[in-house]
Amino acid sequence: MQDNQTNLLHQKYIDSLKREKKWVRFYQILIFILFFSLWELASQRNWVDPLIFSSPSKIFGLLLTKIQDGTLIANTGITLMETVFGFILGTFLGTLLAAILWWSPFLSKVLDPYLVVLNSMPKVALGPILIVALSPGLTSVIAMGAIISIIITTIVIYTAFKEVDPNYLKVLQTFGATRLQCFREAILPACFPTIISTLKVNVGLSWVGVIVGEFLVASKGLGYMIIYGFQVFNFTLVLLSLLVIAVFATLMYQLVDYIEKKLIKSQ
Amino acid sequence: MSFLEIDHVHHTYFTKTSATTALSDVSIDIEEGEFISFLGPSGCGKTTLLSIIAGLIQPTQGKVYLEKNPIDQSSYKIGYMLQQDYLFPWKTIEDNILLGLKLSDQLTAENKQYTLELLSKMGLNGVEKQYPKQLSGGMRQRVALVRTLATEPKILMLDEPFSALDYQTKLKLEDLVSNTLKAFGKTAILVTHDIGESIAMSDRVYLFAANPGRVHKVFSIPDELRKLTPFNARNHEQYTNIFQMIWKEVESLYAR
Repeated sequence: MQDNQTNLLHQKYIDSLKREKKWVRFYQILIFILFFSLWELASQRNWVDPLIFSSPSKIFGLLLTKIQDGTLIANTGITLMETVFGFILGTFLGTLLAAILWWSPFLSKVLDPYLVVLNSMPKVALGPILIVALSPGLTSVIAMGAIISIIITTIVIYTAFKEVDPNYLKVLQTFGATRLQCFREAILPACFPTIISTLKVNVGLSWVGVIVGEFLVASKGLGYMIIYGFQVFNFTLVLLSLLVIAVFATLMYQLVDYIEKKLIKSQ
Repeated sequence: MSFLEIDHVHHTYFTKTSATTALSDVSIDIEEGEFISFLGPSGCGKTTLLSIIAGLIQPTQGKVYLEKNPIDQSSYKIGYMLQQDYLFPWKTIEDNILLGLKLSDQLTAENKQYTLELLSKMGLNGVEKQYPKQLSGGMRQRVALVRTLATEPKILMLDEPFSALDYQTKLKLEDLVSNTLKAFGKTAILVTHDIGESIAMSDRVYLFAANPGRVHKVFSIPDELRKLTPFNARNHEQYTNIFQMIWKEVESLYAR
């Protein structure tokens, strides 16, 4: 009798959770539909300037043409590739720099003010110099995607390195471990979760670097599509590129988030 | 000359604003196979002295000799056990206990076999592939002991290894550690602030005084108690006498 009652209450609780979830989904979809229908309506009725704000139907039409002529897929592919390389390179180099700073406390004291300056400086301002130095193209855009995250990665990971419990190092030192062994056995694995979570932050940063890089180089990619659309006053193209960026940036973030969960779990 | 000789060791910690003398003129001789306790309040330099013996820090003055060799050349012969187990959470138990052998390039099939047997002697069967967080505090400290013994150190340093455990586990582990070290004939130094523990486990107790850290008095534990396991020693009539004796000294130190 009592068991039955508990089961019943539990069932009720589960039902209420499900119901809430359904409502959340419902409102999420409602906002989505409302936003796009309002946009369409406002554009058709001339409530907003259709030349600037375009309309979902026009964007969708352009999407189909651009898929058919292959330019959208090619440009998206290039931007995706640049972003992935950018944030992996940024995270890797940042971690490497952090390791060097950990290795030599003297060097880290010497470089401290320079890190502060480099971190405060807006990295996209380096764009023109990068493009001239590396020639306009893939390399300079990837460099933009990487450089934007290197310094902050270095600072975050170096801080994590320093916060590893010194007693782990003591254990290793009593076994006669070298500094390299200490790094490999304790420091790096202990900071693995931090490194993965910087990866997540760097995905977002790299998108900024890559899009700005493509603005400047202006030959390929979604950033190029935006700047081109802007120059020929084709705002349908600009908005299409924006929507594509939103979709892929979200997907990439979710993917890294998924990988993070997998890796942390296996630890 | 003794097995381990601590010769007029003096150590001062320097900071920008102060120089703190942690140890002042400490000289101790320890014979092979002895179990020694360093007893004293916090801040009396016990852990500093262990770190010096282990070769982790250089004393400002004085020297430590292990079998007549200055310690800095033979530091790998020393095993160190800390207050907490400090097992690496991302390594399996097996990888944890083989760590010392791996780092000193002694990871042979024979040594591996020896270490795994040691693990099962400690009553830990079938945990090799598990991770430290799957084990209880007492089990983890036993794994840490196996990790320390795996490299066959000549001398073992125990820095309050039981203080983070509950009382029951602590008593059981005291017996296990004491029996194991006796069976292997290992020399050991135990740092503790627990008077009872120092009496029950060791052959000699060095009472330290603080500010600056120095040896205040040495107590020899009678043979009747040495022969017993720590648990049984606690129930022996002699135990209470010695406890009272040390207690009075500790009180007089604090009264000063």
